[in-house]
This record gives sequence, C-alpha cells and structure tokens, in this order.
Amino acid sequence: MKTITYTITDALGLHARPAGILVKNAGGYASKITIKNQENGKEADAKRIIGVMALGVKCGNTIELTVDGSDEDQAAAELQAFLKENL
Amino acid sequence: MEKYTGKSALRGIAIGRIYVIREDRFEPSAETVSDREAEVTRFENARLNAMQQLDLLAQEARNKVGEEEAMIFDVHKMMMEDLDFIEGVTMKIRDDGHNAEYAVDATGKELSAIFAAMEDEYMNARSADILDIAGRIVRVLAGLSDGALHSDEPVIVLADDLTPAQTIQMDKSKLLAFVTRKGSANSHTAILARSLNIPSLVNVEIDVDHRYDGHMAVVDGTDGSVIIDPDEDVLAAKSGAKKRLDEAMEQLRTLIGQDNVTKDGRRINLYANMGNVEDVEKVLQNDAGGIGLFRSEFLYLGREDFPTEDEQFEAYKEVVSRMGGKKVIIRTLDIGADKKADYFKLDPEENPALGYRAIRICLTREEIFRTQLRAIYRASAFGTVSIMFPMIISVDEIRKIKGIVEDVKRELFNENIRFGDVELGIMIETPAAALVSDALAKEVAFFSIGTNDLTQYTLAIDRQNQKLEPFYDAHHPAVLKLIEMTIRNGHAAGIWVGICGELAADDTLTETFIDMGLDELSVSPTYILRLRDKIRSIGQ
Repeated sequence: MKTITYTITDALGLHARPAGILVKNAGGYASKITIKNQENGKEADAKRIIGVMALGVKCGNTIELTVDGSDEDQAAAELQAFLKENL
Repeated sequence: MEKYTGKSALRGIAIGRIYVIREDRFEPSAETVSDREAEVTRFENARLNAMQQLDLLAQEARNKVGEEEAMIFDVHKMMMEDLDFIEGVTMKIRDDGHNAEYAVDATGKELSAIFAAMEDEYMNARSADILDIAGRIVRVLAGLSDGALHSDEPVIVLADDLTPAQTIQMDKSKLLAFVTRKGSANSHTAILARSLNIPSLVNVEIDVDHRYDGHMAVVDGTDGSVIIDPDEDVLAAKSGAKKRLDEAMEQLRTLIGQDNVTKDGRRINLYANMGNVEDVEKVLQNDAGGIGLFRSEFLYLGREDFPTEDEQFEAYKEVVSRMGGKKVIIRTLDIGADKKADYFKLDPEENPALGYRAIRICLTREEIFRTQLRAIYRASAFGTVSIMFPMIISVDEIRKIKGIVEDVKRELFNENIRFGDVELGIMIETPAAALVSDALAKEVAFFSIGTNDLTQYTLAIDRQNQKLEPFYDAHHPAVLKLIEMTIRNGHAAGIWVGICGELAADDTLTETFIDMGLDELSVSPTYILRLRDKIRSIGQ
C-alpha cells in the first residue's frame, strides 16, 4: 500500500475538469485507490467522479491518496505527477 | 391561419416548416413495475443512448468551440458512468420495484442535494450538472425531446429562447429562421441570426407548443410577423416579396470589390464586427476592408477556467492569418456587467454597468491582461493587428496600459518571440472619454466609438430594460454631439476615428457621419454591402 499527499494550489480547487481527468486516470489502474480530503475527513473511491467531487476539495486543502494493489508503485508515481502538473 | 408579431433582428423572408425546440421537463411519478430486471435493462439502454448524445455534443464542441467546452460534456458522460449513480438507480429498481424514470430522477435529486448543500459556489453549480444528466436519461426513457435540432430539411425554429449550448450544436445549413418567445434584439439568438443572415423574430407572444411542428409558416423580418398555415393568397404575396428581397440581395453582391466612395468622392472604410473565429468566413464573404471590432470575450465565456496564452494565440492567429494582411482590431477583454463568467469570481454589484468591468478588471488583475496581450502580440507576427481598450475614462489609464504593453513587448523580445507593429487605440464609450478626447487623442493611434454604451451612459438608460424602450432615442442629439466632438478632437491630433457600435449600421445616419468626417464604420458583416450601397448613393 502506498500513500501520497498533495496540497491543492489551483484557485478553483479540485473542480470538474481535473476531477474528471483524475478519475479517468485512476480508472486505468488495477489498484484500489481511495482519496481523502484531510480538511473534512471525507473519503471517496477515486474511480467514482461524483464521490470525488463531493469531497469538496478547495484550494489549500490537502488530499491523501491511498493506492493498494498490484500496480501501486506505478499508479502512485503517475498520480503524484498528474496532481503536480494540473492542480 | 394564425399571425403573431415580434421584434425583428434582420430583414429577409423565410418560408418553410416549423420545428419546435423545447427541453421538455416533467416530474416522473413513482410507479411499481412487475419485471424488475427488464426495467434495469431499459435504464441501461437509455443510459447508453444518453451517453451517445453526449459523445456527439462533445465532438461538435471540440470541432466548433474548443477542447475546454468539449470537456464539460465528457465530464457529464463520466457522471453517467459513475457507479454511485448507477447503483443508486438500479437499487431503486431492483429493491423497491420502481420504474426507471422515477429511479433516475430520484437518484439525480439525492446526489445533487449533496452538492447543493456544499458552501462552495462552484460546487453548488455541480448540482445542476447532475440534474442535467438525470434529466437527459429521463427524457430518453420517456421519449421526450432533448432540445436539439434533428431535421433533414431546413426549418423555421420556434423556441422559448435558445441557449448558446443549444445553438452550438445546430447544423447551420438546416436553419431558415428563428422565432422566439423571449429574448431581445441583443440576445444570443438574435446575434446568431444576424451572423447567419437569416430572419429572426424575438418577443413573439406565441405558445411554444409541439402542435405547430411541421406546419408551414412565413417569417417576415421586414414587418416582424410570423404567419402560421398561410392561405394561398398570403403565400403568393410573401413568395413575391421574398423573391424581390432575394434579388435585391443579389444586386448587393455586385458591389463586392467596389470602393466605399460617395458620388462626390469622399471615402470611408467599412470594417466588420465579429466575436468568434468562425465569423471570419462571413467577414471575407461580405468584402469587409478589415475587422474593426474583434470581441475577445468568446475566449472567456462559457467555460470553467481562464483560457491559456496558447489557446488565445491560436484563435487570434487563425483570424489574423485568414485576413491576409487586412487590419484586425482586437478589443481586449470586456467582461463584467451583463457578460459574466463564474471563474472570474466577480462580486455581485448594485450597479454592474457602472462597476468592475473591462479595463478596470485588466488593470487590477494584471496577470489576466498580460496573458491576453502576450497572445495578441504573438499573433501580430502573422498579419496586421491593432489593439483597442474598452471603457476608458482617463489619460492615466492609457499610460498604465502602455507601461504594461512595453513590459510585455520587452518580455517577448527577450524570449526571442517575433511580433509585429501594433497600433494601439481606445474605445470611446463613456461620456468622460468623449469629453476629454482632446487629451486622449495625444496618447493613442485611433478612436473607435462604441455607441451602445456611450448612449446608455449618456442617456442613463439601461439597454437591457425593455420598459425603458419608449424613452430610448438612438439619435439623441447629446450622443451625436459627443460623436462629433470625438471626431473633431481625434482629427486635430492627427489620428483616425471610427464607430463600431450599432449606430454604425444605421443607414439614416451614414450621411451625417460622413459629413462629420468619420474615417471608419465597423458593422456586422451582413450590413457591409448594404452600407456600401448607401455610401455610393450619397452626394451629387
């Protein structure tokens, strides 16, 4: 199991467009990926867009991704890079 | 035979069948189904069908508007694939025996309530997205219209009003005319009609009902009437009138390539107004001498985040290249007042027309302004580009703008990025600017008078308020005096002066403007040849 944390710098937070891309990317891995908003403690399956958006992640919030499965190393590294690039 | 009247946005007559566009809404009631698995299959099929609709919408948006807009439909599609949503629906069918319509509607409402309860304004808006996808599936299940145009022959579209999202997906070759119950002469539909050069009536007291579907109708933009199920006499009379109008149109086409010169030898430039990359086609077809007003708002509106420098550059570059060296005057961001985008996060204002808008935003949020200026300067390497700044009231503002422009040019130079010589001008659209135009003229290369705002501010009449129409006088002497003063002051300083507002297309004023010595008129492309005809008839 791998855990990564990232603090959102995009002014709009985890809005629909990047949330969509994040979910699409997460869907490409075999691992189970959970996303948690440390601000309010809410958790969601990173492969489900409505749940991810319902976390209400705003600018400045820190999110925690937990990746568990056969491709967890690759998934964690690639998702980390995606977050840095887009959010 | 039924007759209705409304405000006409364009002369011209259309004869054809009516196509009613309405986004049907209804509240599905809870029913019990006997075959639950069959109902789940019904839902699955409707869901897949709705996803195909979204695919098409995304594709159209991608072709016609851009990647960012297309992504909205992609996100909607992902929501339809979301397991929370699907499980919510199938549970209501399998466990409770509900009908699919009700199960989708109820699940949509539950999920959207989560977003509606969030404090974030942006997330609140997502509740509408979820209702939207649920609505789309319910409409498929119930066999209701999705508010799109599906027709093989060209039709007269009858609607309440049309949203940009609806008009974007319309096949423009299938449109004969618009008749809408709401809207104003400046509404989105009317503007689209003008750019397509088809008749359009707004504010028509008509029932937007499917009973009119397929009925013959005549839309007459010359008297603002629509006649449904015309009898033979009316049809014959209108066909004759249409033929004469079409011939007059043909006649105008012979003016392509001719000069805009009066009989006594006075010349004036006729440029076009446009607000979208695809408009450039109309500009060229109608033989405009250049683009006198390229509104840049289309890059900012109807999206979720700021356009990047590259996106803007590509749009400007395409227009500038296609104009092949003819002048393109790009107006910097004129957002605020009636034109809003959520991501700007503008505070609500008591008095938006007098508020935080246009250059006032650019000068306080410089990063937005710099990005746009960099994009425009980069595009200037591909043709002849001028920039004009909206809502100016003082010399001080121009000096600040010029400081930022110099900075941007230095940056580009240091990055080895090519750019051309760019003429800088301003809009004269506040009484203040007109009154100090002598001082402003020393700072810039041209003036373009924006008569819509200038009139609104001079007469203190809100142009969106239909109640005030009886008080509104487009030819008010106060406005004409300000125009004359601006031209005089511009010429005294050796700069050129044009008009890019609606008054520029008013051919009852063309001679007055030429007498005032005006150098340029910038109008919607469809007015170019008519004005050329007018200009060539002036004088002895």
